Amino acid sequence: MDLTLKIWRQKGPQEKGQMVEYKVTDISEHMSFLEMMDVLNESLVAKNEEPIAFDHDCREGICGMCSLYINGEAHGPDRGITTCQLHMRMFKNGDTIYIEPWRAKAFPVIKDLVVDRMAFERIQQAGGFISVNTSGNTQDANAIPISKHNADLSMDAAACIGCGACVASCKNSSAMLFVSAKVSQFALLPQGKIEAADRVRNMVAQMDLEGFGNCTNTGACEVECPKSISLENIARMNREYLKASII
Amino acid sequence: MTTLNSRVPEGPIKDKWTLYKDKINLVNPANKRNIDIIVIGTGLAGGSAAATLAELGYNVKAFAYQDSPRRAHSIAAQGGINASKNYMGDGDSNYRLFYDTVKGGDYRSREANVYRLAEVSGNIIDQCVAQGVPFARDYGGLLDNRSFGGVLVSRTFYAKGQTGQQLLLGAYAAMNRQIARGKIEMFNRHEMLDIVKIDGKARGIIARDLISGKIERHAAHAVVIATGGYGNVYFLSTNAMGSNATAAWKIHKKGAYFANPCFTQIHPTCIPRSGDYQSKLTLMSESLRNDGRIWVPAKIEDAKAIQQGKLKPTEIAEEDRDYYLERRYPAFGNLVPRDVASRAAKERCDAGFGVNATGEAVYLDFATAIHRYGREQAKIHGISNPSEEKIIELGEGIIEAKYGNLFQMYEKIIDENPYKTPMMIYPATHYTMGGVWVDYNLMTTVPGLYCIGEANFSDHGANRLGASALMQGLADGYFVLPYTIGDYLADEIRTGKISTDSPEFEEVEKEVKDRLEFFINNKGTHSVDYFHKKLGLVMWNKVGMARNEKHLKEAIQEIQEIRDDFWKNVKVPGSLNEFNQELEKAGRVADFLELGELFAKDALEREESCGGHFREEHVTEDGEAKRDDKNYAYVAAWEYTGKPSEAILHKEQLEFKDIELKTRSYK
Repeated sequence: MDLTLKIWRQKGPQEKGQMVEYKVTDISEHMSFLEMMDVLNESLVAKNEEPIAFDHDCREGICGMCSLYINGEAHGPDRGITTCQLHMRMFKNGDTIYIEPWRAKAFPVIKDLVVDRMAFERIQQAGGFISVNTSGNTQDANAIPISKHNADLSMDAAACIGCGACVASCKNSSAMLFVSAKVSQFALLPQGKIEAADRVRNMVAQMDLEGFGNCTNTGACEVECPKSISLENIARMNREYLKASII
Repeated sequence: MTTLNSRVPEGPIKDKWTLYKDKINLVNPANKRNIDIIVIGTGLAGGSAAATLAELGYNVKAFAYQDSPRRAHSIAAQGGINASKNYMGDGDSNYRLFYDTVKGGDYRSREANVYRLAEVSGNIIDQCVAQGVPFARDYGGLLDNRSFGGVLVSRTFYAKGQTGQQLLLGAYAAMNRQIARGKIEMFNRHEMLDIVKIDGKARGIIARDLISGKIERHAAHAVVIATGGYGNVYFLSTNAMGSNATAAWKIHKKGAYFANPCFTQIHPTCIPRSGDYQSKLTLMSESLRNDGRIWVPAKIEDAKAIQQGKLKPTEIAEEDRDYYLERRYPAFGNLVPRDVASRAAKERCDAGFGVNATGEAVYLDFATAIHRYGREQAKIHGISNPSEEKIIELGEGIIEAKYGNLFQMYEKIIDENPYKTPMMIYPATHYTMGGVWVDYNLMTTVPGLYCIGEANFSDHGANRLGASALMQGLADGYFVLPYTIGDYLADEIRTGKISTDSPEFEEVEKEVKDRLEFFINNKGTHSVDYFHKKLGLVMWNKVGMARNEKHLKEAIQEIQEIRDDFWKNVKVPGSLNEFNQELEKAGRVADFLELGELFAKDALEREESCGGHFREEHVTEDGEAKRDDKNYAYVAAWEYTGKPSEAILHKEQLEFKDIELKTRSYK
């Protein structure tokens, strides 16, 4: 198929960016979206033009590196996938595709489609862990049984890949889904309960410091999340936060 | 040729590690505060090492080329992690895990290292549970296990199909705790471009800030390389796009021996390639072989009809299917080790029985398992005389619960529903058993320079068993290196801060800068990927699943030609002092172009078939790999002398005192 691409180009963090139009031809429907971008970049290099910078790594939907806003949707028109798992069969011959970086105050653009997500790192550093040392001299792994129900819910929350689609999709650029996923994972496990109050307070405080917006329960984050992280995690975090504030 | 000293301690194998730890030199807490350690790579090995070293009190600088430690490619490991907990009561023990690993590796690994790995495996699970890793549990709330290839017990712990992700997030959380305390200084989006040695010891690195392009000097008392394998030498592999061998290759060029590069794992269950534009291959977890049956049509005319799209797999009768693994290996069936399963798939496809348009695919079929689970569920739910539809519905529910994310991943890529029609799979490059040579302490042949995880060669011999990579990465990082590095650093407490203002740093920095400037100024005719793809084709066709003398000699020649062409005609757009992904790739591909040649040379030199290394000249009458223990029971450790083709071979003779050397049979 032949396509028209309108892609955000921005030389650096301080430069002004703009949409630039490119044409690609003979694109196979079996290609992944990023393979289509590879083909475009190869053609740009051949013409001595600078290829388009975009983040990607594992190309199997788990590392969380890729981050494109495609036709107004984080990770494009399909559901439950990342950009690297999006395939060209989702598009039609002659389509025009708009490709932009994540847009959020807390995610400044580094170059073209690449953004800086260090804010997520700092939130995790504020409390996204259990304070156990790594000596291996803990108790036996089966010493504390954990109900399958809670273990499964914890796993569902832990499936977050930290890509930032939730922030990009939210009209307020809120990071509540991301933060609540980590808070939930630990709050649901006996090992995580000991520091639960400090954890939720510290992570929320850091989230606010980073300039993410507030949550107004529109639910766009849940719809666009490639790992289908549930809004229930936000409700759970709010409960945890309230509990921590009363203590 | 010299003999390498592996520094394996004396004593019975079961006591070696304990006795050794009792006597090892330690560094007191106050002195640790004055010692700096650099860790390159933040996957399971590097992440767990960085966190543990920082917790012990050392000052750690950790480097990742991604924007967060959590994105290292360990995250993509799906199936699970082995540990000899024997929670299932099915006869597992440290010895059995040790035995399975040595046998699975086709008797080309170092016994003492493997036993230690088995010994600490249980601790890993304890540690991870304490960190909040949400492993799968049964209804009684205890940890669940499943089975992987090449073993007869269930010892694999898992977190859905995302075990690597959850273990890495555990190590990442442990790192974050230390970053918050200031004990780890984290350098995201940084790439190590060379090592700096002073008086023969590793004393620092030259790194590039990938955002600004700035070249930086970092000094330390010891350097740890944990940058994973070199599978991307094939261009197409299940590795991440950025996975590279630059750190490992650069230290090789500065004196670290490189061991067994020809031991590379081609994983049997990957999604087949579809076209020339393809940039990477996707793995389907080995855990699928617990329930999936692998087959091709028994009749060549059926295979041809399928290849032409005239017949569907579901239309082929049961008696016209060839479940070739069950036929050839009745004892292990679909759960034979990876090297055996991959070669068997290639054998069938080469004979013309492949099942997609390219003829390079076999089926992985879940229909039997869906029926089995469906009938079991019908009993559990008290449904008497369930209809066929009901059985399938119930069975698909169980398969979805076990492998749902993998089935979804497959459907997104291939656009077919694997619940209704068998999956198509084909082998792809996945893991490299070979790597930087290390002794029992995980130190390379350069003092103060360590190598852990997939990047070293030590534990998996000629073939790695499923769910053992995660085990080794975390064992090295959490429980082995933090002890052994102290033995070296105990002599460094009087060294004091190491300055980067030395001629040694100056010189290496200049080499790095010159090379980067060359790329930008060369203004050649072809992109970096053009050369990488050419190299990958040579590697796959001539140094792939089956190798022979003629092809290997041709490969060495062709790789040299591609490399010469690369240095004349490579084109890298953009400039030095900016975010420049083509420039990053250029450096990595330049190193692959050298590594590939040593790889082929090593494969040529090893005149036997073992594990992932299959020489067509060395097969048994029934087509199995024929090992030569008399002449090749050694580790081939190569010393760089200026050209890969002129590398000098050093042998570490392998001794098998606790396991009898036998022909590996899964029949």
